[in-house]
Amino acid sequence: MAILEVKDVGKRFGGLQALGDVNLSVAENTCHAIIGPNGAGKSTLLNCLIGKLIPDTGSVMFDGKSVLGRKPHEINQMGISRVFQTPEIFGDLTVLENMMIPIFAERDGAFALNPLKMADKQADVIERAEAMLEDMNMADKRHMHAAAMSRGDKRRLEIGMCLSQQPRLLLLDEPTAGMARADTNNTIDLLKQIKDERDITIAIIEHDMHVVFSLADRITVLAQGTPLVEDTPDKIKGHPKVREAYLGESA
Amino acid sequence: MFGLNSKDTRLLLIVAALCLFAPFLLNPFPEGSELAQFNAGYPDLMQRFVIFGIFAIGFNILFGLTGYLSFGHAAFLGVGSYSAVWMFKLLGYNVLPGIVLSVIVAGLFSLLIGFISLRRSGIYFSILTLAFAQMSFAMAYSVLTPITNGETGLQVYTDDPQFLMGANSPNVPHLFGLQMNATYKMELGAWLFQFNAGYYLCAIIMLVMFYLAVRIFRSPFGIMLRAVKTNQNRMNFTGLNSRPYTLAAFVISGMYAGLAGGLMASMDPLAGAERMQWTASGEVVLMTILGGAGTLIGPVLGAGFIKYFENIFSKINDSVLHGWFAFLPDGLEDFVVAILHPFVGKGWHLTLGILFMLVVIFLPGGLIEGGQRVARLFRRKKQTPDGKDPEHHPKPAPHVAE
Ligand SMILES: Nc1ncnc2c1ncn2[C@@H]1O[C@H](COP(=O)(O)OP(=O)(O)O)[C@@H](O)[C@H]1O
Ligand SMILES: [Mg+2]
Repeated sequence: MAILEVKDVGKRFGGLQALGDVNLSVAENTCHAIIGPNGAGKSTLLNCLIGKLIPDTGSVMFDGKSVLGRKPHEINQMGISRVFQTPEIFGDLTVLENMMIPIFAERDGAFALNPLKMADKQADVIERAEAMLEDMNMADKRHMHAAAMSRGDKRRLEIGMCLSQQPRLLLLDEPTAGMARADTNNTIDLLKQIKDERDITIAIIEHDMHVVFSLADRITVLAQGTPLVEDTPDKIKGHPKVREAYLGESA
Repeated sequence: MFGLNSKDTRLLLIVAALCLFAPFLLNPFPEGSELAQFNAGYPDLMQRFVIFGIFAIGFNILFGLTGYLSFGHAAFLGVGSYSAVWMFKLLGYNVLPGIVLSVIVAGLFSLLIGFISLRRSGIYFSILTLAFAQMSFAMAYSVLTPITNGETGLQVYTDDPQFLMGANSPNVPHLFGLQMNATYKMELGAWLFQFNAGYYLCAIIMLVMFYLAVRIFRSPFGIMLRAVKTNQNRMNFTGLNSRPYTLAAFVISGMYAGLAGGLMASMDPLAGAERMQWTASGEVVLMTILGGAGTLIGPVLGAGFIKYFENIFSKINDSVLHGWFAFLPDGLEDFVVAILHPFVGKGWHLTLGILFMLVVIFLPGGLIEGGQRVARLFRRKKQTPDGKDPEHHPKPAPHVAE
């Protein structure tokens, strides 16, 4: 069954048709990759899913409910988490505090007035945050200011923050961009492990074909705001249109 | 202690000790000596130190944690003062009902203004709060005269009802009979120390409010407020609604301001519209930034610093200067006095302004950062040269540049 159903979504920026009639259906507990050249509209599509942008036309259904017209925090509370193309973390806070925030959001909801509780006595939250940092291999950095970390670490932290919410749909926007090869392989292993161990659906935008072919169950190729083809990785590899429009270009 | 970690407990105890011994600490110079004019240990000024301390502690919960810079917090202070004086007029001079009402009314008023102003952020938010405060100020002066007594200011008259006044209740603000202006004077040799009931009431309340602020800083709620400041986008995409968090911070800081206003009226049962003017709102911004926005104790230091300047530096006039430099040859004496003249007396604003600029430019973290740097210098000397400071994190971005 499709957990995410995008129908005829279009989005214009002034004279630019960033998305035109995008149809996309992501099956539950699969990994769906979206590839395409720079400027194809991949990030814009994700923005329309999480309430950052409101599409001009079409509909977006998550788990049978429309996400359009809902605020970003409401959409997140429905179970969609997103990793951004440039890491979005809480730079002034420590790594541990960063990791605690999404867990608080999951435990206490969108708003909790608890000014007299002590954060360092929330054992359940801290335990989960520490465990996630352990999984992310960054337990030793827990008291660092997040802004002081390397870009790769920031991204890993962001992935961890999204995972700690136990989302049903995880959106990843070029999670390995700017990572060293070793870090990329670690990320692939991590995402594979997540996929195998949890009931989670993943939609991933990625330029690195190694990552895409290691993870994806299905692939959509987007070019100039419209889906070119959608198929299994094996079929996509041999698809002439894709070779011409995307793989050829990037080779 | 009180559920705080050892570092915060120590800070709280230090602040408590400073408050308790303030009459001694602020009067280090013997009466009648040249330097006695630098003494700040008289009731009036000590009350102002702690009252503005409360104001700044509350302001820091909004500005220091969330980064939302309100330019209208004096409105809540003014509303608090008016509420307290009304209680004196209607019920009597016991300060308790007035203080309670000032917090409640300021809370409701800040809920309204915050609800509207927080629809915008950054400079637009600041301007909205400024506009509301100036509007309140202008209205208090004119159309609201029946409530505020306009230009004269609200005060208690002998024909006011004062329903709860007994036959022998004191005719000045008091707390269950303890008069706020009661002062015990202690003479020790050439020194004079003054212990004032009103000061100690304000100081105890400030300690409680300081403790509450520490709890807020260390709570999950406090983490969320800091999250608002550093990345509101991430917060919203993490399933948190930042709007009620900022509104709660706004109302809490508005209630602190109202409390400060209520205490001000309790020390001196008067309330005037000028208390709501934008200069008063700006002053608390200066206090917070000067002391160190986002730090626990910084705003209190900033408040003390500015009030000290306002009350002590402003009293140094030319004849005082001539007294100091009398040992110089006449021509030189006049010259030195002429140079210093713009910086003292009515010119204290100039000195304060220059100090403020120096702090903002060289110590973006405020006086607290200055203190930390000095402390670090000493610590480094004690350590082995290659000893690393485990607590030395990179500093977050300065608050002022935002
Ligand atoms: N907020 C925006 N305002 C105007 N144009 C935008 C905006 N976001 C994206 N675009 C434009 O839309 C097109 C698609 O961008 P994007 O979705 O970021 O591409 P991709 O992620 O596939 O590289 C680009 O031409 C980009 O310049
Ligand atoms: Mg992109």
